[in-house]
Amino acid sequence: MKDAQEIVCGIEIHQQLSTRKLFCSCESRLCDEGEGAYFRKLRPTTGESGEIDRAALAQYNKGMGFRYQMAEDVSCLVDLDEEPPSGPDPEALETALVFSEMLHAKIADEIHFMRKVVVDGSNTGGYQRSALISTGGWVEVNGRRISILSVCLEEDAARKIEEKDGEITFRLDRLGIPLIEVATGPDIRSPEEAMETALRIGTLLRATKRVKRGIGTIREDLNISIPGGARVELKGAQELRMLPDYVANEAKRQKMLLTIKDILIQRGTEPADTGTEDVTDIFAGSESKVIKGALSSKGKVLAVRLPGFAGVMNGDGGNLRLGAEMAQRARSHGVKGIFHSDELPAYGIEQRCVDDLIGRLGMNGANDAFAICAAPERKARSALTAAVERANEALTGVPEETRDPLPDGTSKYSRPLPGASRMYPETDVPPIGITDSRLDHIRADLPELPEETEERLIREHGVNRQQARQLVRQDFSELFERICSAYSDMSAAAATTFLNTYSELERSGVDTSRISEEDIMAAFSMLSESKFAKEALPEILKEIAAGTPPEKAPAKLGLESVDDSEAQRIIESVVKEREEFVRSKGKAAAGPLMGPVMESLRGKVDGKKASRLLSEAIEKLIG
Amino acid sequence: MVYSEMLSKKLEGADAKEGDRISLRKGDEEYVGRLMAHHDFSAPDILILKMSSGYNIGIRVLKDSEIKVLERPAVKTVEREEPEPRKGLPNISLVSTGGTIASFVDYRTGAVRPAMSASELVDAVPELRDIANIKTRPLFSIFSENMDIIHWQKLADAVAEEINAGADAVIVPHGTDTMSYTAAALSFMLGDVPKPVVLVGAQRSSDRPSSDAFSNLMACARFCAEGKAAGVFVVMHEGLGDDLFSVHIGSRVRKMHTSRRDAFRSINVPPAATVSKDGKVEYLTELRAPSPGKAEARTAMDDGTILLQYYPGMDPKVFAPIISGSRGVVIAGTGLGHVGEPMCRVLKDACDRGIAVIMTTQCLGGTTNMNVYDTGRDLLSAGVIPVGDMLPEVAYVKLMWALANSESVEDAKRMMTETMANESGNRRCLL
Repeated sequence: MKDAQEIVCGIEIHQQLSTRKLFCSCESRLCDEGEGAYFRKLRPTTGESGEIDRAALAQYNKGMGFRYQMAEDVSCLVDLDEEPPSGPDPEALETALVFSEMLHAKIADEIHFMRKVVVDGSNTGGYQRSALISTGGWVEVNGRRISILSVCLEEDAARKIEEKDGEITFRLDRLGIPLIEVATGPDIRSPEEAMETALRIGTLLRATKRVKRGIGTIREDLNISIPGGARVELKGAQELRMLPDYVANEAKRQKMLLTIKDILIQRGTEPADTGTEDVTDIFAGSESKVIKGALSSKGKVLAVRLPGFAGVMNGDGGNLRLGAEMAQRARSHGVKGIFHSDELPAYGIEQRCVDDLIGRLGMNGANDAFAICAAPERKARSALTAAVERANEALTGVPEETRDPLPDGTSKYSRPLPGASRMYPETDVPPIGITDSRLDHIRADLPELPEETEERLIREHGVNRQQARQLVRQDFSELFERICSAYSDMSAAAATTFLNTYSELERSGVDTSRISEEDIMAAFSMLSESKFAKEALPEILKEIAAGTPPEKAPAKLGLESVDDSEAQRIIESVVKEREEFVRSKGKAAAGPLMGPVMESLRGKVDGKKASRLLSEAIEKLIG
Repeated sequence: MVYSEMLSKKLEGADAKEGDRISLRKGDEEYVGRLMAHHDFSAPDILILKMSSGYNIGIRVLKDSEIKVLERPAVKTVEREEPEPRKGLPNISLVSTGGTIASFVDYRTGAVRPAMSASELVDAVPELRDIANIKTRPLFSIFSENMDIIHWQKLADAVAEEINAGADAVIVPHGTDTMSYTAAALSFMLGDVPKPVVLVGAQRSSDRPSSDAFSNLMACARFCAEGKAAGVFVVMHEGLGDDLFSVHIGSRVRKMHTSRRDAFRSINVPPAATVSKDGKVEYLTELRAPSPGKAEARTAMDDGTILLQYYPGMDPKVFAPIISGSRGVVIAGTGLGHVGEPMCRVLKDACDRGIAVIMTTQCLGGTTNMNVYDTGRDLLSAGVIPVGDMLPEVAYVKLMWALANSESVEDAKRMMTETMANESGNRRCLL
């Protein structure tokens, strides 16, 4: 695909480690409950010139305050910024070094933790502690080398719990959990390669065996551009399988914006003026719900002129959608949305109003357009100004910005791309020298690479290459090996369970994440003791996912194994019922009868044994 | 640790200075970044570079590594203008001494400067100027563990000068480690000072967005601007939040935690007042009102004074010579004011030699009472002076001052039992 060739994409992955917190000895896990709520403000500090940013200060004085909840066992005075940090956690640092080596990256001779200024409240200190561990590595993805710009070790931020009345409440359980941040170069060239790269890096991270698993423990940021476009950052994608969609959709969006730019330039469209006009009177009798709602709460309807912008806000059968971009910007100023002339009349707004608007605004040229917003006057004005500014940016193509990924694979505007972070040394944490002998030691004992694990699974447990690969990629290899080493002859059943049963269960709406590793071990323990037949395993797992303890599941489902004589009795009665058929077909009756037999046994006997007993019963009957 | 000779020479040879953008060639690799200050704990052959990403990393320089300066930083100077005083606002002098509240990172080099100037501190909290006309006077730039008697004396003189020159209040930003000692010293030296003199500190340095310097300073200024109390005070966080601040009486306060924002607590009394985040001042005890009079600093101090904490196993052989070489000793005794038998004899001997022996309690909370047990009665008979609920450090500072500002040791002993700056009291309420 030609478009795919034109994509320039880099990924940044943040992976939580399963060690203790980075700068204290707290456990690193999340809590359902928080205690206390200490009020704090974070103040913009003087910059390098010694001056304070007045705008930032005005923002501070106006107000957002933060409240911080403690959480038992997992937060302490360090998290609350009431005690200097200790650490960093040796295991976390070791993991970052090991991982750097796995990426062939050059590790710094001395590691310096920095303070990266963040005043949104998510870090109690007003900065995130982060250290550059290594640079210049690479990872091979389907035969192509993707460069690794940096591996950093940093602390995760506090968790936002709620926001109301100008205060944001955070819980400190997540603050300080170590994160490895790994950034690739802009080497990724297709949506699929973005996912493959993330998958490969994720697998390497898991190979260290010191990373957390599950939702929220790994987050991906994507940097995407196309030639002529601009760098757009999609921040905080959590689902790997969505990455190709995000990349493809962003490339498409940028392409669409370039098309719009060409159209506007061809037309000679000039930047529109941001001045608004009060047009509330035009809507006096309007039946539109949105308008009526806004007017009844003392709002106004304001309008802006957009000469030369007709047909690109929503045009070409929905392929040109500058209006959506303008609306996202407007919404970031606290309004529900805007209406523009490409979509009107609609939403209950009458043709009469549209005509009056065109007349009032003097927008009757071929490509003239307008937008309106119904809201409290000040909000409406700043929202429309933002919308016009966004429209004007279309004249230069794609604006650089940070966007939030959405569950449908698209994204929405979040904020302008942040400037270079202000970083200064974390003076409370001394520099850490990394000696050559330490690195030699690490290199001599690197974790098994995923492909090595695959080979071993094939060699030691008799699964095929495809299965081995899937087990590793889907992060089941450790549990799989645990089962294989604990119980004999279970490798085939275990592989089937993880690679087939799990996805079937998921498809039928079962939440397999509710089946713990211990549950699985218990199920396989019972299976190995023939407490139920392996055909019953999916049913058993489904029951466990629903909350039944593993040891009670077989009985609850009536799936306990029956002994041979009972099985024989059941099978003989099936054969007897079909005596005529059996006599006519002879031994060949066994095939067609397997179905009814297994149904009567309901998974209480495994298939192989049932087949043997069936043949015996047939022989007995026909003599 | 400083640079190795090899590295020093290389830097000199290249004329590379902190803040320069340099290239470091090491074998096949080239590192480009801004040269940062060498960290005290960095190895001698490590060069610290700030990369374009903003991160610092340490790179080991080898004999055959090459250093080249690529670019010198543009020198920025910030013009400072003292704003015109505004009518109707009180005049506050800010006499700075250094400490965490004035600690700052030099972003260009990454070095931590021991001090920002008083005017920089005010510039970092410009809203102070909405409350008062602020005049700044830098006095010292030292961490408070380096504050000595001479500094107390200079500070007391400076404060008196500021008040006599028309200041309605004096704010003293100070390191927290010995802030309560300085507060005690000012309390005695300035006596019935006619205006508020308020020490303020920070437990988190001013370069951090979460620093308590700004909010403490604001609370301090608000308390001063109200102009309802004269005396020496300390203002710090009341709790862990940035929403309530305590005003402590300077002779009654102590740092009770190494790092928390609410480390300063009034001992044996409630705080004098609290200040809320929106500026409301609530007075919890009766305070002396400001008056138009002049301030007088009586700064003489007797440095032959010592402070000892009694502990089980305290060896008279070690301490007898120390005590007998002093002119006054404050003991932080156990419980109600006791020391073990062997040290009892040392103290009796000291009293006989005319040394002022003062008893306080290492419990901090509560008062001495030496009538309850034999040991106490023996010490009393020997001439040991119990000073009630006065804090040991305060008693030490007061004894220095009393010995230097009295006619005789007997006179000084009498002064120790009289409350002169709110430092002790007869009633201890449930707090």
